[in-house]
Amino acid sequence: MDGLYVFLTGPALWITFIIFIGGLILRLAYLFGLSRERDRVFYNHMSFSWAMKSILHWLIPWGSVSLRLQPVFSLVFFVFHVCLLGVPLFLLAHNMLWEEAFGFGLWSLPDVWADILTVILIGCAIFLFVRRLVRLEVRILTTLWDYTVLVLTTLPFVTGFLAYHQQGPYEVMLLLHVVFAEILLIVIPFSKLGHIILFFFTRAFIGFEMGGRRGARPW
Amino acid sequence: MENANERPVDTKEIRELLDANDGARIRTWLSICSRCGLCAESCFFYLANNKDPRLSPAYKFKNTLGEMYRRKGKVDREFLRKCYDILWGECTTCKRCSLYCPFGIDIATMISAARAVCYSQGITPEGLARTLDHYREVGNQMGISSEELRDTCEWMAEEAADEVRGLEIPIDKKGAKYMYTINPREPKYYPLDLAMAAQIFTVARESWTIPSTGWDCTNLPMYAGDRALAGQVVKSMYDKALELGVEKILLTECGHAFRSAAFEGPYFAGYPDGKPPLEVVHSVQLFYEYLSDGRIQIARKLEEPVTYQDPCNVSRNGGLWEEGRRIIEYLAEDFRDMSPNREHNHCCGGGGGYIPMGPEFKRRRMISGRVKAEQIKATGAKIVITPCHNCYDQISDLNEEYNLGIKVSSLKEIICDIMVIPDEFKPESQEKHSD
Repeated sequence: MDGLYVFLTGPALWITFIIFIGGLILRLAYLFGLSRERDRVFYNHMSFSWAMKSILHWLIPWGSVSLRLQPVFSLVFFVFHVCLLGVPLFLLAHNMLWEEAFGFGLWSLPDVWADILTVILIGCAIFLFVRRLVRLEVRILTTLWDYTVLVLTTLPFVTGFLAYHQQGPYEVMLLLHVVFAEILLIVIPFSKLGHIILFFFTRAFIGFEMGGRRGARPW
Repeated sequence: MENANERPVDTKEIRELLDANDGARIRTWLSICSRCGLCAESCFFYLANNKDPRLSPAYKFKNTLGEMYRRKGKVDREFLRKCYDILWGECTTCKRCSLYCPFGIDIATMISAARAVCYSQGITPEGLARTLDHYREVGNQMGISSEELRDTCEWMAEEAADEVRGLEIPIDKKGAKYMYTINPREPKYYPLDLAMAAQIFTVARESWTIPSTGWDCTNLPMYAGDRALAGQVVKSMYDKALELGVEKILLTECGHAFRSAAFEGPYFAGYPDGKPPLEVVHSVQLFYEYLSDGRIQIARKLEEPVTYQDPCNVSRNGGLWEEGRRIIEYLAEDFRDMSPNREHNHCCGGGGGYIPMGPEFKRRRMISGRVKAEQIKATGAKIVITPCHNCYDQISDLNEEYNLGIKVSSLKEIICDIMVIPDEFKPESQEKHSD
């Protein structure tokens, strides 16, 4: 068990980070090359201010007409993303590992807060899952992969929570936590989760296209 | 379309078209759509048809262009037939959904790309296909010859000179400020539109001309999926303007003409910077200028309640929603805006080629137009003003279908009706009378 843990948090983690970051860089580089040749329209009408506005309005809660039309979903959607990014980055246990490895870590959340946010995140994920099932216009679009991705996104949090609270076999839970987190990081660059980076480009484009060229606010 | 059904599908050609379109944008859009469903509520087809989930914009692109890419172009005619229904029958490429998507996915662009694929296999609505030959052979969608146009202009100049003294309709006048391009419906069915435009330009002391070629500002190949022809149509307009040495191209009250001439046309015509070679001005801009500069004065404002229909391609996709509203404020005492409005306004249901697609699609057009009919009804307006021929037709049809009890009007009609004719332009008989 210990050997496995050392491997998963050592070499496997390095490989994961390389695939995660390298994958995102490759995907971006590929799209950049493609766009130079085939998406002149992206470059012809660039406007920094419209790109910023187009991005920011969709990062703040209820910042767009569309999000205001479905206020409850928008809130859940927002909180889900905040927890998704915030908890792993500011978790004390993670920061201790960073400290150990590199001699520095980020500011850490009090454990009780991390705990509450994790529960909220799991609640949000259940909401999003159920929403996919019950809203017809969402269900008709949803594929098995969409459900899988949502589960994959949530599993590191569920296992992390259980491990922290020593529910179930602690060591197994901790290993599962690391494995699921690594799977998630590896999946991101090669799936729709690539939107963690691509979001900024597609939003910038619609900012140029509707805002820059026409003055129409795409939010 | 019927004859084409017999031809086997050329999957190689489809594959080539898909490859040519496979840029970073389409690739990204298709791969990151997270199926959140937020676009559904933005679409009037969805709203008007009891929220049928198959009418959500994401469903439409996923099951047309998305599927074409997934199958790497290996599709059969039955699949394309299904696409035909979605691409032309369930979307007007109004671009409203792109304002409602968290990723800003430009679904209309993907629908247009899929239309081009269908077109390559001879699948396109009959009503649009008919116009393509006319464009190819004569240079305009209704096959009107230069002589016919000239005759109509002369005739209308005579008619309108009874209203405004000294009125002329100059043809091919070099060095004019504006080259006025029109919708062939005007010379063909509504020649008075030409007379009205001439009256307004004369009173405003404008320097303008109608070109003898390249005068059709419409671009139905753009909606039929024939991009090469779409480029040709718009290029012949630009070329004529350059030949005449005019300062700007002026467009009649037509929505998609603006989309074509000012935004998409330059790309179809192969201008790498995506900009037309000279400035393109829509009637809404020019009329607003006339009214705000006082070159056109209004004698009496309309008293009936008025609403303004934002044509998608003038407002959301043209950026002129404020100018449109300011014009109405000059013209009417009681302006009642629709909700939602401006860039968020709903398509009337007649855009994207829908009106010329004809009877085959009429029933669906009336059903999906319910959203617009309800918007109009809620304002209580008696007059609906819209600077677009397709909106005009669709709202006239909706007026009958839903008993709206309204009058539909273009800006020209109203302006001509209520503008002040300065003494120097008053016809002699009238002048004597007023003495």
